[in-house]
Amino acid sequence: MRQTEVLVIGGGPAGLSAALEAASLGCDVTLVDSDLALGGQLIKQTHKFFGSKEERAGTRGFKISEMLLEELHGYKDKIKVHTNCTATGYYKEDGVISCVIGEEKYFRIQAKKIVMATGAQERLLPFPKNHLPGVYGAGAVQTLMNVYGVAPGEKVIMVGAGNIGLIVSYQLMQAGVEIAGIVEAMDKIGGYWVHAAKIRRMGVPIYLRHTIKEAIGDQIVKGAVIQEINDKFQPTGTEIKIDADIICMAVGLTPTCEILWQAGCKMIYVPQLCGHVAQRDMNMRTSHPDIWVAGDAAGIEEASAAMVEGRIAGVGVAKSLGHGNASEQAKRLEDYKGRIADLRGGEVGQKICQGLKVCTVNQWEV
Amino acid sequence: MNLIEKHPIIDFKHGKKVTFSFDGKEMEGFEGDPIAAALHANGVRIYRETPIKEQTRGFFCAIGKCSSCFMVVDGVPNVRTCVTPLKVGMRVETQRGKGVIAMDAE
Repeated sequence: MRQTEVLVIGGGPAGLSAALEAASLGCDVTLVDSDLALGGQLIKQTHKFFGSKEERAGTRGFKISEMLLEELHGYKDKIKVHTNCTATGYYKEDGVISCVIGEEKYFRIQAKKIVMATGAQERLLPFPKNHLPGVYGAGAVQTLMNVYGVAPGEKVIMVGAGNIGLIVSYQLMQAGVEIAGIVEAMDKIGGYWVHAAKIRRMGVPIYLRHTIKEAIGDQIVKGAVIQEINDKFQPTGTEIKIDADIICMAVGLTPTCEILWQAGCKMIYVPQLCGHVAQRDMNMRTSHPDIWVAGDAAGIEEASAAMVEGRIAGVGVAKSLGHGNASEQAKRLEDYKGRIADLRGGEVGQKICQGLKVCTVNQWEV
Repeated sequence: MNLIEKHPIIDFKHGKKVTFSFDGKEMEGFEGDPIAAALHANGVRIYRETPIKEQTRGFFCAIGKCSSCFMVVDGVPNVRTCVTPLKVGMRVETQRGKGVIAMDAE
């Protein structure tokens, strides 16, 4: 059985930030991540981030990841990293976490405190033949083209005109892939206008008030039938058949929270945060006294917010272990809380704040 | 391999080129890249067939969370090929059904 003071599950923006923060206050940290490289979804983000200056607005996502990894390098004595290592379960009787390296090499690890930064998974819409190879998540398409340099296909139907749908469409065009059209059920584009404008300029049709009816193909995707819908989301009868080899789903994410359920953390369904999330206090501690949560696992938001949440959780963990002095902890917490409030200041942030109200407690009863 | 050659922002750095096999056919890929990405670059889209309806499945989430890309790798079934690094000489096969775990001879 391995032992660690702090275990961080997930090496994306939230997990990396939590590990760095905890280590900087003196904690010994083990960080596990199921992917082959650290950085989570940041490593596939080629666009420049919005948000605030502190959270590196104007910097491309993968560059932010590089900065975090450089910072991590400075703590190589305090943070032990395992990639290609999936946390597979939490055992309630003794608080042990089981992990698997690759597919077959298991080990157990016991931690005094755990930060769950397990991220999110993509949503899929129900439609006939949505199982066909060629129906890919938007994140998966980004992984193929932006991390591994593999063209995902020749012609893509994008489903969803939120920021992810728009950004990935643009990135596909940068990679030389044709966008057959963007399909959006709402009557307006959900993402930022600056992203939509780039795509419109390149002549890509955006089908508002349309939804995907079915995929076409026997073994793999050959296209899709899309249909117009009215303001009650009922089909009007107008259909369009589009040829494509990829149907890219950019219809949102939902928090990955199985391990939080397993650990018995109090969970609550919060639509504004896109699924079930753990209840947490102001420092991101869940109802379980030894478990913190941060990033998309705590509710779907931007990576910039995930980084600050990770920092807050990191301080919270260090504080509970008696690392660092009280004034330093308080100073950092105040700084991070101010920064995250700034990030949530806009229109999108209002929705997030509504959701957070539902799942945040002032303080857990002792 | 179908790779993105020119990109306005990213300068792709690939690992060592190695050979592996897919259903007995020799293919090339980059060592350390996920098996699924290497297959995709070789035009392979179908990674498994489901146990009951025998429907095709392929790449989907790319982060080891969805189980769509399970394949048989070096005789081991249910390998998440999107998060399993490619190695030289790997034997990758389409998984049909649930896959059978190899048992040591008793």
